[in-house]
Amino acid sequence: MNESRRDFLKLLGLGTVGAGVALPLLDPARWTPAASAATRPGPVAAAGRQWGMVVDVEKCMREDVRRACVEACDREHNVPRIPDPEEEVKWMWTDDYEHVFPDEVHAHTPESGRTAPVLVLCNHCTQPPCVKVCPTAATWKREEDGIVMMDMHRCIGCRYCMAACPFGARSFNWRDPRAWVERDADGKPVSDYPTRTAGVVEKCTFCAERIRVGGRPACVEAIEQVPGAEGALTFGDVNDPDSDVSRILRERNTVVRREGLGTGPNVYYILPASFPATAADGRV
Amino acid sequence: MLQNVFHGSRRYWAVLALWTLLILVGLAAYSRQFAEGLSVTGMSRDVSWGLYIAQFTFMVGVAASAVMVVLPYYLHDYKAFGRTVILGEFLAVSAVVVCMLFVFVDMGQPRRVLNVLLHPRPNSVMFWDFMVLGGYLLLNLVIGVVTIEAERKEAPPPRWVRPLIYLSIPWAVSIHTVTAFLYSGLGARPFWMTAILAPRFLASAFAAGPSLLILLALLVRRFGGFDVGRKSIGALSTIVTYAMAINVFFVLVEMFTALYSAIPHDVHPFAYLFTGLEGHAALRPWTWVGDVLAVACAVLLLVPSVRHQERWLVPLCVGVITALWIEKGLALVITGFIPSPLGAITEYAPTAPEIAITVGVYAVGGFVLTTLYKVVLSVRERLQSA
Repeated sequence: MNESRRDFLKLLGLGTVGAGVALPLLDPARWTPAASAATRPGPVAAAGRQWGMVVDVEKCMREDVRRACVEACDREHNVPRIPDPEEEVKWMWTDDYEHVFPDEVHAHTPESGRTAPVLVLCNHCTQPPCVKVCPTAATWKREEDGIVMMDMHRCIGCRYCMAACPFGARSFNWRDPRAWVERDADGKPVSDYPTRTAGVVEKCTFCAERIRVGGRPACVEAIEQVPGAEGALTFGDVNDPDSDVSRILRERNTVVRREGLGTGPNVYYILPASFPATAADGRV
Repeated sequence: MLQNVFHGSRRYWAVLALWTLLILVGLAAYSRQFAEGLSVTGMSRDVSWGLYIAQFTFMVGVAASAVMVVLPYYLHDYKAFGRTVILGEFLAVSAVVVCMLFVFVDMGQPRRVLNVLLHPRPNSVMFWDFMVLGGYLLLNLVIGVVTIEAERKEAPPPRWVRPLIYLSIPWAVSIHTVTAFLYSGLGARPFWMTAILAPRFLASAFAAGPSLLILLALLVRRFGGFDVGRKSIGALSTIVTYAMAINVFFVLVEMFTALYSAIPHDVHPFAYLFTGLEGHAALRPWTWVGDVLAVACAVLLLVPSVRHQERWLVPLCVGVITALWIEKGLALVITGFIPSPLGAITEYAPTAPEIAITVGVYAVGGFVLTTLYKVVLSVRERLQSA
């Protein structure tokens, strides 16, 4: 046996292992502070808060209402507007009533009901399956307020969360999204919100960046600019009995999407008393 | 011992050159995917896993199937497998390498792959899959190298390797069970959410893996001058026969539950596979070819006089591998996404770069397997001539 060759092969093996360990250190994201303490789950603070939202489906039948919400969200978070539906990134969007509430339609539901537009977004579930399956905790449920968060610097892009989410609320960046981000006259993205890179998953975070400074989600604020749209979206702490959200949940007949799966969505819907006379056309 | 890798016939180098060429093609395609993102693949927002994860699933089965020679040989002292067992272990090593590469090429952020170890989450089945696959690779590499080294010295293998061999048996079962659990625990995907998925994975693994091993053993006999023996091939073909019959049974059991209950979200994926759904039927021809092939192979294999003839056994093994590749390496993963949780039907077809990368990854496995088998053949050749 040629000992020097054997030693060489051993060295080669060790080198390979070493390169494997060093690989993640080459990731520039590791050296930027964005992924550090500020965005990580901290110690349990004031446990018991759970942000939630009530969507009044009937009030959101109006196209201008939905458009205001979705556009506010897209601009706030630099959500790219990729035309190819297969590569779309969606935080908040409109889908058909029969797709959003498959258990609420039946053989005699009229076409106008099946296709009635419903606003959808991440449900910030109480038992989020996406969090359960994530191998790196790049997505996690924030203990202090129940928001299902996303760390775009830790995500390895395995897309297991997309397979696990029963609501289709997660989008993968199949390509660099920056080419499709809305830009101002200077060519800069319209919002300060960090743009994402290719290869990571993203979704609605209930505007955690606004909540941190005492604000409310961009979609909820956008509603206030639309005359006659009051109450289309209501945001608040579902565990606080005095919140507007809790009041609505007590007084109105609300549902959540696919309740039977047991994920415990925290986006609630007031179903419409009746459907539009004709099938919807324009989509946001 | 390892120096045998560097000395070989012209044919050996030709085979390695072929693998290298395919690897280079794969690398070229991967560099494009690395630069442009996974948009170069056919995957989409709705069908978010495709060919890569499907190949990973199929090859985990091939890796696990080494247990079908290890268990009879080491637990039941089944001597006929004495010359086959190392081929099974090294096939497992190559298969696990392929599996890991398929997961790697599927990642959106491959540079961050070690986040799985830096920020481990035991609640994720994917974390456990990384663990069991890594462990299985290590086990089979150590066991294979140590036993062939002992064989070279014409000495019994060291005692300490024995417990590792015993450990590798349940470990083999674990890799495919954990891989099934990746899928079968998701409420969002009714097609995957079935308790029979893990047993089904094991049955199909124990049919496809030993089929491949039979073909490799016959290749080695023809071109490597090393015969594992008729008895060994016969025993392997019996294993393939019953594993295949059990797999067909499991699939039928699953279809009964879905179709007789007639619950729409359980029926839809099967409808998509066999008849097409709302005019979408990309997998229909594959499904029919695969299932007819599976049943035909199972029936023919059950006839002893057929499977005992090599001229029948070889095409039957190819048939079994093809049928199970369609079932696991294509239909299972993709159909889980059809229809989407929001009722959309988005079809999937792999792109040219995606296929090139897939071929490249398999070529890495072929390269590893060729060199490992070369070591085995050289050691045995020297023993025979001595």
